[in-house]
Amino acid sequence: MISPYPAVTLIAVLFGALTIAGGLVWAERRLLALWQDRYGPNRVGPFGLMQTLADMIKLFFKEDWVPPFADKWVFIMAPAIVMFTVLMSFVVVPFAPGIIISDLNIAVLFFLGMSSLGVYSIVLAGWASDNKYALLGGMRAAAQMLSYEVFMGLSLMGTVLLAGSFDLVDIVNAQRHMWFVVPQFLGFVLFMIAGIAETRRLPFDLPESESELVAGFHSEYSGMKFGMFFVGEYIGILLVSSMITVLFFGGWRGPVLPPIVWYFIKTCFFLGFFILLRAALPRPRFDQLMAWGWKLMLPLSLANLLVTGAVKLAFFH
Amino acid sequence: MYLLFYISGAVAILATVMTITRLNAVHALLYFVVSLLSIAVIFYILGAPFIAALEVIIYAGAIMVLFIFVVMMLNLGERAVEMEGKWLSPGMWIGPEILAAILIAEVVYLLSRPPVEVHAIQYVEPREVGLALFGPYLIGVELASMLLLGALVGAYHLGYRKPEALENPDADNTDATRAAAGGDLVRAGHDRPAGAA
Amino acid sequence: MLSIIRTLWDVFLHAFRKRVTIQYPEQKAYLSARYRGRIILSRDPEGGERCVACYLCAVACPVDCIALQATEDSTGRRYPEFFRINFSRCIFCGYCEEACPTYAIQLTPDIEMGEYSRQNMVYEKEHLLISGPGKYPDYNFWRVAGVKIGGKDKGQAEREAPPTDLRSLLP
Repeated sequence: MISPYPAVTLIAVLFGALTIAGGLVWAERRLLALWQDRYGPNRVGPFGLMQTLADMIKLFFKEDWVPPFADKWVFIMAPAIVMFTVLMSFVVVPFAPGIIISDLNIAVLFFLGMSSLGVYSIVLAGWASDNKYALLGGMRAAAQMLSYEVFMGLSLMGTVLLAGSFDLVDIVNAQRHMWFVVPQFLGFVLFMIAGIAETRRLPFDLPESESELVAGFHSEYSGMKFGMFFVGEYIGILLVSSMITVLFFGGWRGPVLPPIVWYFIKTCFFLGFFILLRAALPRPRFDQLMAWGWKLMLPLSLANLLVTGAVKLAFFH
Repeated sequence: MYLLFYISGAVAILATVMTITRLNAVHALLYFVVSLLSIAVIFYILGAPFIAALEVIIYAGAIMVLFIFVVMMLNLGERAVEMEGKWLSPGMWIGPEILAAILIAEVVYLLSRPPVEVHAIQYVEPREVGLALFGPYLIGVELASMLLLGALVGAYHLGYRKPEALENPDADNTDATRAAAGGDLVRAGHDRPAGAA
Repeated sequence: MLSIIRTLWDVFLHAFRKRVTIQYPEQKAYLSARYRGRIILSRDPEGGERCVACYLCAVACPVDCIALQATEDSTGRRYPEFFRINFSRCIFCGYCEEACPTYAIQLTPDIEMGEYSRQNMVYEKEHLLISGPGKYPDYNFWRVAGVKIGGKDKGQAEREAPPTDLRSLLP
């Protein structure tokens, strides 16, 4: 399944992910504006498409400041970790037959491992800043992402059970007759909620929550270090959308159009849905978030796993 | 493969040494994370990708984050670093040194003998791990799960607070308060005796 | 749960609403005639300056952005020798307009006065003075005031009785 030119795929995926993330910044602002009866950025270039480029130039020319009280090396390392873990996760995403960097047989676990390492970025950024708002943001991030990781993994296990493999290509191929969203609807909903919490997106952006904590864990960051958190968040959304597409919506499978186009259409739908969530929903309180996670989501995902396992054992064994 | 193994092994040893000698707790923990990650790489090279992934997810991704979380909460400052510096005196090293010397002696003894039969590296599928856990090692799994259940119940008991001990019950269940007041939030809570929490 | 889905749907429906944004440089927002924008000095219908340099506007100004110096011409009409408004200080409160006894100083519905240099925000009299009467087309202070100036003696103003001759015995 691996393409004959892995280096070409690698570079294409890297540039593709970064370009789509850049486009997503623009798309999000335009869509948010659309849903709030505004226009959004429409001045820089046609339809404002060059807005991200202009923002990037601005970020590059900002002072790249490390606070004197910060733990310097950890402070510098933190934004790199988020980019690293998110981009590494794209290694296992099957975009289309042949367009995948590495067809790991533990792809789902690799994705979970990388997303769990991503927590370090936020926690260390909060700690190294030596700022009470940043520290509070980092602590919230640690608790939130750790809790939601637990049932993110569990919600995926139903899909893994049905496909009988941790390999994402196998999972896509197992959806030949039916998308897994039908038998695993609960798993899909749980995974999406966990995905939002993992990417720290609204409504679960409590580590950042600009109305309470200035800017949360990246209060002290400026210039391109902040830019890396920013772009990392958008690549994270792209990653979660891709994973939802691959795990629950048949990945590249679809009639008439070429596979990569189907993959792209499905992923864009979820990107749009993430932005709609941001436009519509308010942020919960932190104790509410934790209570949902442990008292509602975890039992539900365990029940989902148990029922799926029982059904599979009873009828398909 | 051998080169990768030796590189990650060296990284693991170096990171562990740094873990012990760092005075700042968070730095030490970070080195420990690196050490765990390099051990995951070693597992992968040895043909156990499932264990490697679990090492990353559970040890590096969850347990160490909790450690860092706790260290962050403790808010250790300059004084803690000073204290660590005092504790890391040469006298401290005698015990570990003796134990490590025994291990080194064992290694030297093993190296001096002709090589014993070594199994070739065998790739272990996630499926095989599952079959082994729920087949021959079922009792071990059940014992571990019982231990974890005990820990869970204990943690719940330690963390439990009676609802009325909360500082402000209204803040905790706004919905119930609103329902009790019939949607009249101005008068909500007026029926409570004065001074009640 | 249902309310969350309904919220999402309601917000999604906003995609088909009319947008409220006014695309500013191409479309201009409507500003009423009474809008408090750029300050001007008006002239009376005959073309003379309305300002009599009474300093009331400078006194009323809460940020002290108005500076002027009174002088008199040969016919006895008071007028400002210079009149300077520092628009980088002005808060467009309109107190100067309210204080003005002659309707000389007026605020206009013009807000496009951005500059790259702060010095350019200081408007002198030649920048402030317009050629028309502004919001009060018929009012002419010197025609209704009882003051004697060149070409108009006491009692010659509109609706003004001739001055009483103190030395006459007639009633």
